[in-house]
Amino acid sequence: MDALMHFGTGLFGAAWPAVWTLVKIVLIVAPLMLGVAYLTYFERKVIGFMQVRIGPNRTGPFGLIQPIADGLKLLFKEIIVPSSANKGIFLIAPMLAIASALAAWAVVPFTDTLVLANIDASLLYIMAITSMGVYGVILSGWASNSKYAFLGAMRSAAQMVSYEVAMGFSLIGVLMVSNSLNLVAIVNGQQSGLFASYGLNFLSWNWLPLLPMFVVYLIAGTAELNRAPFDVAEGESEIVAGFHVEYSGMAFALFFLAEYANMILVATLTSLLFLGGWSSPVGFLPDGIVWLFAKICSVLFLYLWFRATFPRYRYDQIMRLGWKVFLPICLIWLVVVGVWMMSPLNIWK
Amino acid sequence: MDFQTLVFFFLSAILVFAALRVITARNPVHAALHLILAFFTCGGIWALLQAEFLAIAIILVYVGAVMVLFLFVVMMLDVNIDRIRQGFWSYLPLGAVLGLLMVLEMGLVLGSRHLQKPAAAAAVAPGVSNTKEIGALMFTDFVYPFELASIVLLVGMVAAIVLTYRGPKKTKNTNPNQQVFVKAKDRVRVLQMPVEKD
Repeated sequence: MDALMHFGTGLFGAAWPAVWTLVKIVLIVAPLMLGVAYLTYFERKVIGFMQVRIGPNRTGPFGLIQPIADGLKLLFKEIIVPSSANKGIFLIAPMLAIASALAAWAVVPFTDTLVLANIDASLLYIMAITSMGVYGVILSGWASNSKYAFLGAMRSAAQMVSYEVAMGFSLIGVLMVSNSLNLVAIVNGQQSGLFASYGLNFLSWNWLPLLPMFVVYLIAGTAELNRAPFDVAEGESEIVAGFHVEYSGMAFALFFLAEYANMILVATLTSLLFLGGWSSPVGFLPDGIVWLFAKICSVLFLYLWFRATFPRYRYDQIMRLGWKVFLPICLIWLVVVGVWMMSPLNIWK
Repeated sequence: MDFQTLVFFFLSAILVFAALRVITARNPVHAALHLILAFFTCGGIWALLQAEFLAIAIILVYVGAVMVLFLFVVMMLDVNIDRIRQGFWSYLPLGAVLGLLMVLEMGLVLGSRHLQKPAAAAAVAPGVSNTKEIGALMFTDFVYPFELASIVLLVGMVAAIVLTYRGPKKTKNTNPNQQVFVKAKDRVRVLQMPVEKD
């Protein structure tokens, strides 16, 4: 590593830190895009097996080249702008969606040291950046000048804004017990405790003492991603495809990429905040990035499982769940955690 | 000129441009979008001043929540920009006075260092978490103003509900709680009908 740094400084001089950061960004974004491509493959295979089908199996062995073929197809398609659409905003909207999905990765840690920007308030940063993703949806719906797109955008905006509240409240519990906004500190805080001293690390992670918040976060995350069973924004059977019905080619692909990149992001956050990040579930195995990837894949599998299992929620039921069920659960558990932390039984010291 | 100054001028130029477009754009949605851009660059300038909590909070609260709802409303409204512009000249004197007052106030705040001895500049020690400090101050020294602000917000919330609540609905709205417990045999009756012949 030192040799690389030395070589880089020699080659680029004072510009090396900037170049090195760019290299690191590419090292995060390129695998992420590959992950997105194969997440779509994984989804189609998993849902295929759950519905006793085979899923993609024509392109390459086991259909493994299918995502690449899909990507190439979308890349070469024409982007059609509807006749009375607001052209500028129509084209900016997918960029906004993908930009916020990628920018959040800047502060996501993969191990203790493997993080692009280890900033102090990284969790706040992620919340701020991901809250901007809704603009891609709203603006695409408005600029398309189509009623289905607009209906999808309206539904999605209301849903994302209301679930952000429940999501934020479930995160407050994590902040309280880890006494930090830094993701590395939050993960490190989960590696000690009563169970961890017996070698049962997975019982010391945040999911157990914060179980209600973990459940709320998982479900609110699904809603925030507009995934089934909360996919009223797309609602294929009601409003065709919702906000991106007028998009084609790469502009459509950007929405798709953003959606799946956000899925991986929320799965990563769930793993980091509640499932102990890169720490191994039992004491005798070493910690490592492999555990983080395994946890991310498990959470992603949950999303796919939800989609294959549950029918779509009705719109008013979604709102009721967010405001009247999740919010009170979070508020009650906040008080419980607060009292717990002030009592002699406090386990987070 | 060091890099920070360069970034500052870059962000300020965008901020001024976006703020100008907010009041000059003919399309209300464009105006709202420029306001969002203005908030975002404002967050960038605050981050440059090492006020990371404020920078993130303005994006989280204003860009992420307030402006979404604002945009929501603006998109639904049919704003006729020409009718709004009709009274421009009659409102101009009042607006100009208000604008001048604001410039004067800003001048007083910014120029205070030339008029008197400046207060000690807020030095940021490295390793001090901005967020933590604000939180600690908010719940110790400023706990009463903070609680007061939250009560004002609560009053606003209650007022909004009172304004929009029109009494219990007389429609046949369903209770989701009872709805999920409905069995098919409560609703559906299967009848055996003899075949009619004629």
